[in-house]
Amino acid sequence: MKKQILGLAAAVAVAAMAAVPASAHRQWMMPSSTVLSGDDVWVTVDAAVSNDLFYFEHQPLRLDAVKAWAPDGTEVAIENKATGRYRSTFDVHLLQKGTYRIASVADMLMGSYDLNGKTERLPRGTTAANLAERIPAGATNVKTAEANNRNEIFVTVGEPTTTLFKPTGKGIELVPVTHPNDLFAGEAATFQFLLDGKPAVGLPVTVIPGGIRYRDQLGQMDLKTGADGKVEVTWPEPGMYWVNVTTPQAGGEESGPQPVARRASYVTTLEVLAP
Amino acid sequence: MQRNPRPFLIGGSLGAVLTAPAMAAAAAPTTMDVTVTIPQLKVAEYHRPYVAIWVEKAGAPAKTVAVWYDHDMKENEGTKWLREVRQWWRASGRSMKFPASGITGATRAPGAQKISFSRAQLGATAPGEYTLVIEASREVGGRELLRIPFTWPAKAGAGGRAAGKTELGAVTVAFR
Repeated sequence: MKKQILGLAAAVAVAAMAAVPASAHRQWMMPSSTVLSGDDVWVTVDAAVSNDLFYFEHQPLRLDAVKAWAPDGTEVAIENKATGRYRSTFDVHLLQKGTYRIASVADMLMGSYDLNGKTERLPRGTTAANLAERIPAGATNVKTAEANNRNEIFVTVGEPTTTLFKPTGKGIELVPVTHPNDLFAGEAATFQFLLDGKPAVGLPVTVIPGGIRYRDQLGQMDLKTGADGKVEVTWPEPGMYWVNVTTPQAGGEESGPQPVARRASYVTTLEVLAP
Repeated sequence: MQRNPRPFLIGGSLGAVLTAPAMAAAAAPTTMDVTVTIPQLKVAEYHRPYVAIWVEKAGAPAKTVAVWYDHDMKENEGTKWLREVRQWWRASGRSMKFPASGITGATRAPGAQKISFSRAQLGATAPGEYTLVIEASREVGGRELLRIPFTWPAKAGAGGRAAGKTELGAVTVAFR
C-alpha cells in the first residue's frame, strides 16, 4: 500500500491525537496477579482510562479489541466481560504453564481526502481493511498514515516463557531481555522495544509507579531507548508500574500546519515484587 | 572458605587432626539435621505457614529440599499459594511439579520441627560453600526468609543457626 505523510491543519492534528492514548489520560489494564502457581487458576483484569494510576475514575477501557493468548500461542477466551461506568473487567482462565499475553491492539489509519473542494478527515476507526468503503466516490488526494496502539499485559503460571514474544512487525512491541514477569525492586530490568519489527531507537519511555492518589510527587521516570532499542529500568520499590512508549509527538510550539507522521504507542502494566 | 588441601583433614581443624585424626576421618558427616521453629502466634485467623527449604550454591541452580504446603487439598488446589513463598518460587519452585516426591509434605504445626537431609538430597556432592535458605509465608499473615551458610565437607555437630522475628523462630543446623 502506498503511504504518504500527512500535512494537516493543527486543529485536525489535535483531533487526531484524541485517538492516541498517550495524551493526558492513561489507559491501562490491571491483572489480579502476574505471577501464579497452580494447575487451574484464573486472572481477573480491570481495564480503564484514567488520570491517576491505577484508579478507575474516568472511562472504562472498551473491550472490543482485547484478546488473550496462551503460552503455546493459541487464543484463549476473554470471559465474564463487563463494562461499567468507570472500568471494564474480564477474566482469563489459565490452564497452561508459562506466560500469557492479554492485549488490546488497534491498527488504524489516519488521513484525509478532498471532496467538492474541501479537505475531509478520515473517520475514526478507519483501517487498511475498511479504507475503501470509508472514502466516498469522487474523493481525490487521499492521504493516509498508520497509527498502531498496543496495550498489553503479561501473566505467568509457573516458569516464565518467551514463546509469545515473537514480534508481529507492526507498531511498538516489547522484546524481553528481562522477563516482564520476573521483576524485583532494586534490580535493573532491560527491555527492548521494536518499531515495526526493528529496534526502536531514541523513543521516549515513561515509567510511573501506581498509587499516585496518595502521594504528592508523580515519581515519573523519563527514559529513552538506546541505539539498540533497549532501555534499562531500576525499580525503586515494589508495586505496579505503568510503562508507556510512544513515537515522538509533534510539539505545539510552532504555529501553522504540523506534519502528522506515522504514530505508534505502547502501554503495559508491570508488577515489581519485593525482594 | 579455603578448602583444606589434605584429603584426610575433614572438618579443617588442625587440633582435631592432632588429637584424633583417624576419628575425624571416620566421622565424616553424611546427614544434615535441621530444626525449624514455627512460632506460636496469637492472631484471630491462623493458618500454618507454607515453608520452603532450599540450597543455593554460586553458579548452580537452587535445589529445593523441602516444601510444606497444603498438599492434600482436592484437585491440587494448595499449589495456588505456593507463589506466595516468593523468593523460593523464583529461585526454584516455579520450575517444579507438585507434589514432588521426597520433597513436598504437609504444613507443620507451631513448635520445633525437625527434618534431615542426606548430602545427596542437599545436592552438596561437590565440596564447597553452600547456603541453606528457609522461607515461610502464611495465609493472611507475613513472610520471612532466613539464610544459613554451610560448607561441605561439614564438621560434625552444630553447623549454624539463624533466628527469625515474625514468621520463623530459631532455625538450627547440625551435622552427623
